[in-house]
Amino acid sequence: MKPELDIRAETLLSVRGLNAWYGKSHILHGVELEVRQGEIVSLLGRNGAGRSTLLKAIMGAVTTTGEVAIGGRAVAGRKPHEIAHAGIGYVPESRDVFPALTVKENLRLGLKPKGEGRWSLEDIYELFPVLRTRADTAAGSLSGGEQQMLTICRTLIGDPDLIMVDEPTEGLAPKMVAAVGELLERIAARGVSILLVEQKLVIAMDISHRVYVMGHGEIVFEGTPAALQAAPEIRAEWLEV
Amino acid sequence: MSIDVLAFSLLNGTLYGMLLFLLASGLTLIFSMMGVLNFAHASFFMLGAYLGFEFSQGLGFFPALILAPLCVGLIGAGVERFGLRRVHRFGHLGELLFTFGLAFVIEEAVQMIWGRSPQAYPVPAALDFTAFEIFGTGYPAFRLFMLAVSAAIFAGLALLLNRTRVGLIVRASLTHPEMVSMLGHNVPLVFMSVFGAGSALAALGGVIAGPILVTQPSMAAGLGPILFVIVVVGGLGSLGGAFAASLIVGFIQTFAVAIDFSVADAFGLIGVTAPPAALGALLRDVWNVSVSQVGPVIPYLLLVAMLIFRPMGLAGKRA
Ligand SMILES: Nc1ncnc2c1ncn2[C@@H]1O[C@H](COP(=O)(O)OP(=O)(O)OP(=O)(O)O)[C@@H](O)[C@H]1O
Ligand SMILES: [Mg+2]
Repeated sequence: MKPELDIRAETLLSVRGLNAWYGKSHILHGVELEVRQGEIVSLLGRNGAGRSTLLKAIMGAVTTTGEVAIGGRAVAGRKPHEIAHAGIGYVPESRDVFPALTVKENLRLGLKPKGEGRWSLEDIYELFPVLRTRADTAAGSLSGGEQQMLTICRTLIGDPDLIMVDEPTEGLAPKMVAAVGELLERIAARGVSILLVEQKLVIAMDISHRVYVMGHGEIVFEGTPAALQAAPEIRAEWLEV
Repeated sequence: MSIDVLAFSLLNGTLYGMLLFLLASGLTLIFSMMGVLNFAHASFFMLGAYLGFEFSQGLGFFPALILAPLCVGLIGAGVERFGLRRVHRFGHLGELLFTFGLAFVIEEAVQMIWGRSPQAYPVPAALDFTAFEIFGTGYPAFRLFMLAVSAAIFAGLALLLNRTRVGLIVRASLTHPEMVSMLGHNVPLVFMSVFGAGSALAALGGVIAGPILVTQPSMAAGLGPILFVIVVVGGLGSLGGAFAASLIVGFIQTFAVAIDFSVADAFGLIGVTAPPAALGALLRDVWNVSVSQVGPVIPYLLLVAMLIFRPMGLAGKRA
């Protein structure tokens, strides 16, 4: 279950009036979003709503205007590696393990020069023992679910304060889906905030403190899972297919 | 072929191959990262030879061995930072044209500063002696020194790439630069460093090859095409493939010169000793063609054969 959220928790990530473009196409239109310390926030919406683009924009990987602040520090316009050092971890929907490198090498690449933080290599191996037994094999030979776990763990070992995970359960077998859900709860239990993009409404509603719904590059709903549950017209217009 | 010619050809072939790899390794790494063949790579080799010559005159050969690659490495890093990186948004064609133009600029600059004629770049006195003799023929110590330098660089590069954190970051950046940067690594800095280091290695090749090849403005244009053959035959972007291809080309070119064997000799083996009178004048020319004459062409034939039968190269994964 999700950990209790301290009502005095401070804002960790704040996004104000964010616009984003791919070349000439204008994808995000004035997005407003906030994640507090220790909070699990889900970002919902139909395909093409702009959720992945929002995560990439926060990472500094697409052209944007507007404000992004991490722990009160303005970071808009910074390079992705600077955003990562400011405490944001990102697991893209394409997963992107380094297939030719070993599992252990993949994990080592997640480590920042300052060394281990909340998560040691040992913690990661305990969390997910397959990574230990396969430590010296090429990451490309892992199953899809194992690769997903590896990318999340690779980001965790860099000790982010907020981890953004894009559709981690997509295409996974039900057992792996449950394992991913469990992993996210363990991450939250160590005080790491989570911004989750997820299609599977049940998981998102179950583990989130708060949800945002996106449509056509704008935020169209913000509230608790209970509030979204009580708003069938929002679900019908922006979520159900 | 006598045993001493064979021994020397083996040594020289290895040496030439290792020298080629000094250049091909950087070119391959740069290609893997940026997806662009750097046409100016051989120009950095030439710049290394000229700067090596210049520093040798003033400071001696061994300081030059360090200083010239350092200077060219900095120039290379600057070219990436202020040239290629800006041209990048115009796509691969823009980058290709940029490096192509750069090669001309460097050649012209070298001609303006040092003139068109070859420089007298001598073998350093400390290494100007006979290392050993086989059947009465001596082998120069400087060549052994070249071999040692190339081998040391090869070992160092292998250790750096496979055993260090920097090497890990470079290897991951070769295929997934975006993901590497999202994990907090400064990928633009990695790109600039790899470009600089590749240029420095090419220059090091120039410093040590300068005294035995001829240091002249055309040396870049002469070497460039062979490098592309190596990088393509090895498999674009594969260091191991580039190493194998460097040695193969090194041996082909060395042995082609050493083998005194012509079409006429081939027929001699089957008992035909004179060109049949029926052959026209043109074919009589072919009759006298020797291996050493076609030697320079063999690498390109290899390239063509490779593109037809194995377009991904010896070790490459993509065509
Ligand atoms: N690299 C790109 N270049 C141009 N347009 C893009 C690019 N990536 C996405 N888009 C467009 O931006 C819009 C938002 O895409 P985005 O990937 O953010 O959606 P999403 O909400 O993550 O949906 P999903 O992941 O389910 O497809 C879409 O219309 C998409 O076509
Ligand atoms: Mg998406």
